[in-house]
Parts: sequence; structure tokens; C-alpha cells
Amino acid sequence: MNSTTPALVELRKISKRYGELLANDGIDLAIAPGEIHALLGENGAGKSTLVKILYGVIEPTEGQILWQGRPVTISSPVEARELGIGMVFQHFSLFDELTVAENIAVALPATWTLSAVRARLGDISRAYGLSLEPDRAVWTLSAGERQRIEIVRCLLQNPNLLILDEPTSVLTPQESEHLFITLEKLAADGCAILYISHKLEEVRRLCRNATILRAGRVTATLDPRERSAREIAALMVGNEIGEVKSSGVHEGQAEILSVQNLSVPPAGLHGQALIDINLNARAGEVIGIAGVAGNGQSELFAALSGETTVESASAVIINGKPCGSFEIDQRRKLGAAFVPEERLGHAAAPTHRLSENILVSHHAVGAVSKSGFVVLGAARKLARTIIKGFDVRSPGEDAQARKLSGGNLQKFVIGREIIRKPKLLIVNQPTWGVDAGAARLIRQALVDLARAGSAIVVISQDLDELFEIADRLAVIHHGRLSPVKPTPEWTKEAIGLEMLGVGHDREAGHAA
Amino acid sequence: MRLELIPRPNVSPVMRAIAPVIAFAVAFLIAGFVIWLMGRSPVSAFQVYVLHPLADTWALQELLVKATPLALIAIGLSYCFRANLWNIGAEGQFVMGAILGSWLALATHGTDAGPWVIPAMLVLGVLGGMLYGLIPAFLKTRFGVNEILTSLMLVYIAQLTLDYLARGPWRDPKGFNFPQSVTFDPAATLPAIIEGSRVHYGALFALIAVIVTAFVMNRSLFGYRLRLTGDAPRAARFAGFDPNRTTLAVFAISGGLAGLAGIAEVSGQIGQIQPSISPGYGFTAITVAFLGRLNPFGILAAALVIALTVIGGESAQIMLKLPLDLTLAFQGILLLCVLSADALVSYRVRLVGRGAHA
Repeated sequence: MNSTTPALVELRKISKRYGELLANDGIDLAIAPGEIHALLGENGAGKSTLVKILYGVIEPTEGQILWQGRPVTISSPVEARELGIGMVFQHFSLFDELTVAENIAVALPATWTLSAVRARLGDISRAYGLSLEPDRAVWTLSAGERQRIEIVRCLLQNPNLLILDEPTSVLTPQESEHLFITLEKLAADGCAILYISHKLEEVRRLCRNATILRAGRVTATLDPRERSAREIAALMVGNEIGEVKSSGVHEGQAEILSVQNLSVPPAGLHGQALIDINLNARAGEVIGIAGVAGNGQSELFAALSGETTVESASAVIINGKPCGSFEIDQRRKLGAAFVPEERLGHAAAPTHRLSENILVSHHAVGAVSKSGFVVLGAARKLARTIIKGFDVRSPGEDAQARKLSGGNLQKFVIGREIIRKPKLLIVNQPTWGVDAGAARLIRQALVDLARAGSAIVVISQDLDELFEIADRLAVIHHGRLSPVKPTPEWTKEAIGLEMLGVGHDREAGHAA
Repeated sequence: MRLELIPRPNVSPVMRAIAPVIAFAVAFLIAGFVIWLMGRSPVSAFQVYVLHPLADTWALQELLVKATPLALIAIGLSYCFRANLWNIGAEGQFVMGAILGSWLALATHGTDAGPWVIPAMLVLGVLGGMLYGLIPAFLKTRFGVNEILTSLMLVYIAQLTLDYLARGPWRDPKGFNFPQSVTFDPAATLPAIIEGSRVHYGALFALIAVIVTAFVMNRSLFGYRLRLTGDAPRAARFAGFDPNRTTLAVFAISGGLAGLAGIAEVSGQIGQIQPSISPGYGFTAITVAFLGRLNPFGILAAALVIALTVIGGESAQIMLKLPLDLTLAFQGILLLCVLSADALVSYRVRLVGRGAHA
């Protein structure tokens, strides 16, 4: 049908360059009226960049956008809305204290009165099954209902194209199904829909056309119902196999970390629960945990580090000591060390000097504190050692953490833990957002630490990184961990399937 | 057109040092202008406000007496504010400390209780303020209630409790129905540091609190814990510092010091229970804490400066018929100037035209 219907919007050779990085590289995409078109890809594949270009948030470096056959430049979201493009973001922008109708009215031109909004809200609710009570306060609503407000906001402006960014990431399965029915009704009325997702089941449920992105390029445009999940996963994550070190040499080594049936309830509305996690790490090996962002990585890190504790002590065993109920400091005293994902604000205090930031993870275990007092000299000396040993380039002696570039601060934060010679190191996204040189140094440091006899758990979204340094790998999806297998036994394709939640021996029930 | 604050890449240490001086000068200029508008001579007002109190022994003693509760309370508050916790209820903790300590004074009144009375009263004062300060902390850690609201509301409860006690159960039966208690026995009176002077031991406590706090903040792990909690709460949790325990600790400390100030004021200065024992020390101390930039020695200096304006304000009322509100306004102007000066040292102001930044 694509060939017969003229496209509503067509992107031609869209490219977006950020310095060295090509976020979008010559992307072609066409959507017809009434079509639900999926945009599939891993985190960092360029989906968000492309959508932001279409919605006028960022300007493309090259390429052309045709709207109903005529070239347009969309330089702001206002212009996008004037053309008839509506967008529902992943995170809602609603005022909790206001009512549904008020929240919709504030987003509309001032010509709309509250009573007009209420009347139209009734019409749209009936037509598309978006039931909403206009006078309910937003704080009393569920995530699904909040999303409906965002959708109704767009629909009131009679859009020709509706963009949804990972809309089901905050919804229950029932709410998702409800959303799909609404979207199908909208499409039947002629509205085109661009549906961004990394969840294959949904895309197959909803779309006949899908564009798959990998590393900023279109790898395929296809009908997701006609291809196997395996094929699509391969297109999303690529086929190349990274250079893998040999494994299996760690059998019989002491078990440093053992996680048994670890479950943690979700924290808050957007939290992800951890369900029955099993994992172990032996001395000398690197365990990799892959997965798409938001599938429970931060929660797993918090549960391993002790920032979140569980009642069952034996859920987490470090160095033979059951410590599920231990705080992070007590776990550090058992020889564990941790590096969280966020450098500024979590791993380090932005306005504190590097020497003071040593204290964050050393105050209970090192020579930098003595019977309740800070030994500043020792902290300064340690900071200098780390700066030298890990090639941290810092503006001036003992600078504030925020004055360092991302890569240099990350080297410092990793160095701060490695210098303790921990028996167990848990790292979340070790090279996220750092330059290639720093990333290489950090990976080398992790491998060296493992060779010296420590156990290391690396949680990362970077598959190439995991294939490079991990001896054994597992994938986290919806708070569940796949079986941990030696890296050579994994293909990227198999990992892709696990990341999409369609792995071989997993229950299908939770994502239905 | 709108104003934008741009962070300065390099903050000049010279500017940082002289910023408070400039702030004071500007505050005096603004206040002088207001006084001139009111038809009085700014020069003579300056003399009455600043020079007279500093040139007179009686006034100098009075200055220390007024600065004592301000410094004690503000030092306590600096623990809270460092950790980004907002104890607005020091006034209530001050009053509760005074009440609990005074209970012992009244219970031992007329007996021949020995010299243990006054130390025990001080301990009770600290305890009263501490327990009262722990109420908002407990509500925050247990139920997530905003500490600003609860600590403030508890001030009124404390004040009305004091009012009730002074008019009811603790009223001096031989006091001609005046709403006040009996005068404390000598054993229940905080003595003067130097015989015959008005400066009681509370001033010494304040000085000790300043020195100890300077040490705690700069050298101890606890001080580091507070700074980390205030500056980067997630990093503090990552460091293993439980935020609830921090909250309870700082409210206990600031409540305790406010309570100490309260009992010292009643037993060393007023000498009896009255319906009102504070001209708002607990609130003024918030200004003092920020005027001193949460630095213990800065707080000491700020307490003296604010006390000066209070005494100067009293003489200005008498000698120049200037209203007391002018003193409060001046304290506000001074704080505003110091905070603005601080901001201007770290940021520069830029004017942005409409549409220039679309």
C-alpha cells in the first residue's frame, strides 16, 4: 500500500552530526496517511535524534523533509504543530495539582476556553476510547491515564501525524493493549503514527511497516510480521562478533559474589522491579550484564551495592558473607567496591574537590579517616596517586569534580575504587559518554584488576564493550536476568533476542 | 528584556574577601537614604546606631548579651542548613529549652538546693530544645512531612505553652496577678563571667560552640557528612550516610543549642518566666546564620553586627524617634546585600534582549 498512497511525510537523506559523532547518517523514511510506522533500534541507534528533527527540536545537518510532497523546514515544535505533527513524550509534562481539563487547556492556544476543552474532551474520549474525567486532579491518575491526557492534548489539534516515544515503557500490559486499540482507531481515521520502540512484540502487534536503525543508519525497512524475531534482532544489534577472550579458566576459583533469588519491589511509579535474579562471580572473572536502558540496571546496581537492601541476607553473598541486609558501607568493609552510572552527583559531589571526593567511598575503609576525623593529607596524597596512575587530566591541583571532563572524572572515579584493590567491583556503565581513549584505559584497568584476582560485574549497554572484556554474560530484561553463559556461547543475535524479551527459555507471560 | 546570571569561570579571591565589606557599605547607603527620606539626618543616625553602642561600656556589655543567644542558635542552625535541612523553628526550641530548665528552677525555689541546680537546668534546657527539635525531624524521616512547616508551626505551640504557664500554673501567687513567675533563686541563676557585669556564662558557651563547630565542620567525618548531604544527597547515600540519621542528628544539635540559649537567657538574663522571653532570637538567628555564610566565625561576627543594630535601633527609637521597624528593615537590607554580593562574586549579570536567544 505504501507504493500506491502518496507519503504524508518523507525524510530524505537526513544526517545529524555532533562533532565526531554521526547520530543520523543519511536516513530515508516515508510514512503514508493512516499508517502506523515503527521505528526500531537499540539505545543510541539514533531514534530520538531523528524524531527530534521531525518535531523541530533540533535541526538536521543535511537532508530534506517533505510534508505532503512539498519541502519544509521545521525549526521549532510550534512549527511542527502548525503542520499537524503531534508528539507524546516518554516523560509526561503535567501539573499534578491541576485537573485533567486544566492540564489540557494550558497547552492549547489561549482562544480555547475551559468549557470548550471539556466539550471536545468528551467527543474525543468517546470516539477513541480514551476515557478521562475532566475534573479529576492529575495526581490521582495512573500512568496510563496521564498518558491519555498527553495524547488528547495532541488530538485536540487534529494532527496528521502523531509521534509516540516508547509509549508503553510506563504502562501495564492492560494499559498497553488499551493504547493499541486507540492507535488503531486513530489510524483508521487517517492519522499517521510514528511508533518508537525497542519492544518487538508490540511492533509486530501494531505495525505493518518498520524502519530499523543501527548506529545512526537504516539497516532495513520491512514488515515486522513477515520476519522472524531472530532476523529483526540481528538487524538491530548487528552480526559482527567482537574479539572474545577465552573463558572457562575460572572454574574452581573462589566464588566472590553470589546472588540467589534476589527480588526487589519497584520504587515508585517509574521504578522497575527485580524478579528472582541469580548470578555469581568468581575470582578473576568479568561478568557482563547487557540490556536496554531502563530494564532494571540501576535497580540491580543499587541492590548489589546496598543502596537498596533486602530482608533476606542470603540474597546477596559477598566473600562468603550473607549481606543482603547490609548497608553499602558494610559491604565495602567486606572488600566490595562500587561505581554507579552517574558520575556527577552520585559517584562524586560536583562542588567538592577531588581529595574530598576520595572520602565518598573511602571514609569507612581507608586511611583517609581516623576515629571520626578526616585525614586530609592522606586524602590529598591518594588523589594525587589516582590522578597519576589513571592519567586523570584535571585543571589545577585538586580541582572541583565538576571542573573535570566526563572521561577524566570517570577515570578518577574508577581509579578511586581500583586503588583499594577490591575483591569485588560492581560497575554500572563504565564508559558511558566518555571518549574512546578514556574508555580504552578504563576497560584495560578492569581487565587488569580481574587478572589480579578480583571478581568484576560490569553492567553496560555497550555490547561491544561486554564482548571485549566479559568472560561470562547475561542479559537483563524487565527486571529479570537471563541465564549467565560464557561469552563465546552467546551470539549477538541471541543477546538481541534476550534484550527484546523473546529469549529461548523465558516465560512469555510477563510481557504479553 | 530579562536578566541572566552567568557563572564566572574564575572567582577572584580578592573579590570574595571584600564582598561583605562592600555589602555593608551599600546596606548603610540604602538605610541612610531611607532615613533621609524620613526627614532625619543619616549622619546622626549612623552615630546613634553604630558609634554610640561601640563607645559605651554598658552598651558593649549589652551587645554581648544580645549576641549570645543569636550566636548559639545560629551555630546550631548552621548544622541543619549545611545539610540542606530547614529548621525554621529555633524560636520554639529556644522557648522549650527555657521551659524545661525553668521547671527545675521553680521546683527547687525556696529550698536550699545546692550549686547543682544551675548545671542541671542547663542540661534540661539542652534536652528540652533537643527533644522539641526532634519532633519535626521525626515527622520528616518517618512520614516525609516537610520540616519547614512543622518546625515553624511548633514555634506557636511552644510560645503559647509558655504563655499559659506564665499566666497559669507558674504564676507567682504573690505577684499581684502579673503574668510572671517568682524570681529565680541565686542557685538557679546563671552567674556573670565577671562579677558585677551583665555578661553571663552563655557568652562563653557561645564561644565554645563556635570553636567546636569550626573544628567539627572542617576536620571531622561528621562535618564532611553534613556537607556531602547538603551538596550532593545521592553521593551521600552512596557514601553510606543514612539521610534519616543525618536529619535526626542535625535537628538534635540545633534544637539542643537553641534550648541552651533559651535556658541561659532565662536564668542568666531575665531571671524569671514571662509570657514572652525572646524578641524573636530564633528567627533573627536564621539571618545571622546566612549573614555569616554558615561559617562559625562568620556567624560570630554576624551575631555581633545584628546585635549592634538591635541596640542601635533601641537608642534610635529614643533619641531620634525612629521606629523599631526601621531596625528590622535594616537587618533585611543587610542580608539582601550580603547575599547579592555573594551571588555577584560567583556570577555575572547579563541583559538578554527579547528573541535574541530563541
